[in-house]
Amino acid sequence: MSTAAQTQSPNCPTVPLSSLDELWFQVAGTRCNLECSHCFISCSPHNDKFGYLSLKTVRRYLDESVEQGVREYYFTGGEPFLNKEMVSILEAALEYGPATVLTNATVFKREWIERLRAAEDASTFCLEFRVSIDGPNSETNDPIRGEGTFERAVRGVGMLVEEGFLPIITMTRVWDDGDDQRVLAEFRSILAEHGYTRPRLKILPRLKIGAEAERTEGYGQFERITHEMMEDFDVSDLVCNHSRVVTDKGVAVCPILLDTPAAILSETLADSKRDFPLAYGACFTCYQFGAICTNPTSKPMEK
Amino acid sequence: MKIGFFGGIYNNYLALEAAITDATARGAERLYCLGDLGAFGPHPDRVFPLLDEHNISCVQGNYDNSIGNDLQDCQCGYTDPRDNEFAQISYEYTYENTSQANRDWMRQLPPEIRFEVYGTRVLLCHGSPRKTNEFLWESATSTHFLNRLADEAEADLILGTHTGIHWQRELSGGRRFVNVGVLGRPENDGATNVWYTLIDFDWSGQGGTELGEYSVEFVPLAYDHERLAREMRDENLPDEFVETVLTGWWTTCLEVLPGKERRTGRF
Repeated sequence: MSTAAQTQSPNCPTVPLSSLDELWFQVAGTRCNLECSHCFISCSPHNDKFGYLSLKTVRRYLDESVEQGVREYYFTGGEPFLNKEMVSILEAALEYGPATVLTNATVFKREWIERLRAAEDASTFCLEFRVSIDGPNSETNDPIRGEGTFERAVRGVGMLVEEGFLPIITMTRVWDDGDDQRVLAEFRSILAEHGYTRPRLKILPRLKIGAEAERTEGYGQFERITHEMMEDFDVSDLVCNHSRVVTDKGVAVCPILLDTPAAILSETLADSKRDFPLAYGACFTCYQFGAICTNPTSKPMEK
Repeated sequence: MKIGFFGGIYNNYLALEAAITDATARGAERLYCLGDLGAFGPHPDRVFPLLDEHNISCVQGNYDNSIGNDLQDCQCGYTDPRDNEFAQISYEYTYENTSQANRDWMRQLPPEIRFEVYGTRVLLCHGSPRKTNEFLWESATSTHFLNRLADEAEADLILGTHTGIHWQRELSGGRRFVNVGVLGRPENDGATNVWYTLIDFDWSGQGGTELGEYSVEFVPLAYDHERLAREMRDENLPDEFVETVLTGWWTTCLEVLPGKERRTGRF
């Protein structure tokens, strides 16, 4: 299924990179301490398809991003905090601009979070944590993310809150759409019990590629963006219109399509600015839900 | 030469009146508003005579674009359902209580205003020079991004509003970005005053420099916020909005704040 989902559709629309606003770093590659059954790039303790980025590499691209006028930086994996240089990388990023790190919050050390709080205080810019938890209790979360991960993640959130951060809790919708409000209410309640009384919550759609294509189903052949769909559509709703991703294999078009060979565009940011074909099932989800990877503070809007 | 810059008014005609008096007393020769005349407060139509009487040129905010073009919502850019519910209450109230003549007037407002003072190219916009409803928060906007916006807009001094919190940043080549704050509601800091910005442009003619100099002053402004709260209650506007006016803490529309700005608030 996943292979079919990545098949390029013929004669599809393309999208230009209008403005390189967000620069992502695949800082832990596809290495993760967890092996979530819905992961769209199938990260796991054994997946070496993409490797770690070093502080030196990150700095090289941060420097290049200045010329490009990038607004903010995102750090993802895999689990970013498996990268031994992660704290230093975030400290470096905060010298350049706002940084967001996407984490499962299960491997934190108190000392790291203290250092990061100090780095944010010393910076003009914000450090955001986005913590993935896929349900308001172990019963919903753990079958997806692994035994005991709910309790560990909630403890990680508690540590962030104790250090003064207000993490954004992101949850992939592994329940029926109609249950959103119930799930959010349960999240508010459980997080309050762990000291987080004004949680920031964000629901993400499922991306039916990678492990998720095996767990449920892949994209159907008609779940593709057509030329007709692009008429009167605000193209800035698509992440690839304003983002690129640095990986150890080069600069990629978006954080979702890494398993697609065509997603790797170039060695430098400057050379990655070409149009990209919206040929994949995941593009359809991005079209439906709009800039799903970007923080609410920065979601581009139509003029 | 001093010029006064007002951000979103959000129907707060009492603060607008106080700001006009204050800026004029401080020597402002011209006044501008950067858009979002409506929202949040009571009696939308009381704003327009003040703008007219004092020759205040206005940029079109997302709110003005929506009301002027009979759109269904304010294009505020909120992402949270509760935020959108509150935004919709404000929007419907403002739309229903804005005269057709004032809606027509808002429709023709420009998305930006440009002028030059002693060689400084000034650009007034609402959110950002490229998008009316783009949020440029201090903690979520890199300096090189602002440099790019200034390059693309060919401006030396960019003034915006939209987020509701004033700030400024020095850019490359002596350029500057300034968020002038808003008159419409306090800044989520537990104080009831609102803010506007005065810029004093000076032509020293010294040192052979091509550009004049200017200084930016953020002005805290007290106004009769208790009267505003009474009038909001009389108009059946949400208690949550009234609480903000009386306490200085934002109670709604918080999801778009970056963590750093959110942390200093109460909610």
